[in-house]
Amino acid sequence: MSEILLDVRGLCASVLSDEDESEKEILRGVDLTIHRGEVHVLMGINGSGKSTLAHVLMGHPKYRLTSGECHFKGKNITEMDSDEKARLGLFLAFQYPHTIHGLSVGTFLKAAVEAKRGEQIPFRTFRTELDEAMSHLGIKKEFLGRSLNEGFSGGEKKRTEILQMRLLQPELAILDETDSGLDVDALKLVFNSVREYAGPENAFLIVTHYDRVLDYINPTHVHIMADGRIVKSGGAELSKRIDSSGFEAVLAE
Amino acid sequence: MPEEREDYFNIADINRDYEELYGFRTASAYMQGAERGVSPEIIREISRIKNEPRWMLDFRLNALDLFNAMPDPPWIDASIFKDINYDDLYFYARASDKQFNNWDDVPADIRDTFDRLGVPEAERKFLAGVSAQFESEVVYHHIQEELEKQGVIFLDFDSGLREHEELVRTYLGTLVPPGDNKFAALNSAAWSGGSFVYVPPGVKVTIPLQAYFRINAESIGQFERTIIIADKGSSVHYIEGCTAPVYSRIAFHTGVIELFAMEDAYLRYTTIQNWSNNVLNLVTQRAVANRNATVEWMDGNLGARTTMKYPAVYLAEPGARGRVLSIGYANKGQRQDAGAKMIHAAPRTTSAITAKSISQNGGRSSYRGLVQVKKGASHVKTDVECDALLLDDFSESDTYPTIDVREREDVHVMHEATVGKVSDEVIYYLKSRGIPEKDAVLMVINGFLKEFTDELPMEYAVELNRLIQLEMEGTIG
Repeated sequence: MSEILLDVRGLCASVLSDEDESEKEILRGVDLTIHRGEVHVLMGINGSGKSTLAHVLMGHPKYRLTSGECHFKGKNITEMDSDEKARLGLFLAFQYPHTIHGLSVGTFLKAAVEAKRGEQIPFRTFRTELDEAMSHLGIKKEFLGRSLNEGFSGGEKKRTEILQMRLLQPELAILDETDSGLDVDALKLVFNSVREYAGPENAFLIVTHYDRVLDYINPTHVHIMADGRIVKSGGAELSKRIDSSGFEAVLAE
Repeated sequence: MPEEREDYFNIADINRDYEELYGFRTASAYMQGAERGVSPEIIREISRIKNEPRWMLDFRLNALDLFNAMPDPPWIDASIFKDINYDDLYFYARASDKQFNNWDDVPADIRDTFDRLGVPEAERKFLAGVSAQFESEVVYHHIQEELEKQGVIFLDFDSGLREHEELVRTYLGTLVPPGDNKFAALNSAAWSGGSFVYVPPGVKVTIPLQAYFRINAESIGQFERTIIIADKGSSVHYIEGCTAPVYSRIAFHTGVIELFAMEDAYLRYTTIQNWSNNVLNLVTQRAVANRNATVEWMDGNLGARTTMKYPAVYLAEPGARGRVLSIGYANKGQRQDAGAKMIHAAPRTTSAITAKSISQNGGRSSYRGLVQVKKGASHVKTDVECDALLLDDFSESDTYPTIDVREREDVHVMHEATVGKVSDEVIYYLKSRGIPEKDAVLMVINGFLKEFTDELPMEYAVELNRLIQLEMEGTIG
């Protein structure tokens, strides 16, 4: 078996309420191991903690880790800052990417790629690389001058997220419901790009509601999350069973 | 006296508490020969040294009487003015008093600041007071020759008065009369430095006229006085100041700027001021736009302890257009009280005000604006947008908009105000791409200011970005 990329043990996390500073526990002991070359799909009903897990792994400031540990590439990343994790090779495609007025897509992408690689990249070199990545995702050049995610359609946002993934070349890419809100054509474009990128050196954790992404990418593992834990794990067949019988029935098995 | 110089010019770290660290303790050694306080005798002396005509001396003395009789501006809390001791100010110092003879004599820390800012060589020498050996003199002369061929006058105000006395006399104080406010009165009495620009009919000046090219004169002096006249169908862009920190020994700056755009003329005035944090910066900027003329104020205010500045455009004739685009950055202990005034005095006039402010470390930014549509000014459109960005929970932003419409026919008034914060979620999003936190915050700020920076010539935009970076340094984890 290939090298362990991500190892999560007994991870518990709470969300901090904006109003009354109370804490609500969302993750209640998650265990998950991902090796290089694997594609994991994480399913579960709304509120089961899927997206929270994705954001806790990336380091969202609104969550507090109460116990457990995360190791990535052998390093303890439990307390690590998000930017450091990203530079180490972790990536999260957001379900709802943020809008930043006045920050052009081009400027942002160059800054991100330079931060990740730790060096300045000559404009022409970067542009060549960028043009190629954009053409794969059907993103037009005019896009580069627009403010990041400002006025983007749902599909444009998702494609821009995957464009970032392609440029940043993470070792572990977490896709948080990247498939939701995409029409069939966009879904095909986005997940063909994901499949193209997937290889023996990297791995994916794909958070989704539906099994339709499985038409484009073959998972090595499927997990079902409920009530803040991974309660069932299996292969691709697990998602087929969910699709035909529903979560309740599969969990009751 | 190199050691004294060290003391004045320790401006390298613009984030430090200026007054506490450097203050004005040793200013006197440097100011030998200048006299303190404002009195008719001082005013007469200024006028005599400059060899001014009698009417100018009378203008000054009359303004001094007004100054002494007038109260402080009533619209802002009086505490702003309580520290000013007029008797303690130096009202006139010969330019030669503050010049270094050689770039190598300029203290290393100042040179270093300019390096970090990437200020063009020519400009930094000017800023540091090395004007005697100004290397771009050649460039300047070339520009001057080109301008002269077109009949454009671009002089310091003293030379303007000497060489074009009748023009100066015709326009001086017509938009900002000495009695307009206490500080306009003080400026009218004690003015020194500034620019005089005249663009003949139909002449399009293709390069921006930049004050720092105008050597051997104080372009951004303590009491600068500027008049710019764009005659019929002409076009000109004037740029004053630059983003590098301008150290002032004297904690008080009050300028008066008057712009005249004749029929079909286009006049833009860009200023970015970054006074040291001890300065009280009170400037009266007013313009008139005649038939189908356009006036644009691009106004950037960083630095200074307090800024009070409300660029105005009188839309005097049909078809006139006015625009103010301003940014303010209030850091620790600073107050930026800035805004705009648009007076629609004729039909079919349009105006737009965009005011953006950033407050940080307890700084306070205010927008204070007036839009007035006079009776008879029909078919008017005016659009005001104020956006404030707060970088923490203990900084402040407020708006004082006044809209006074006295005409009913086809008047469109838009006013929009937003207050925002740099949200943790947005910073997290950028950080999740590997971008360090302080760079992420800068990206958000630069994005917020983009409408302004987009209007600046490239080198100024780059400088502004670097400056904001310096402002942020050390204040974010």
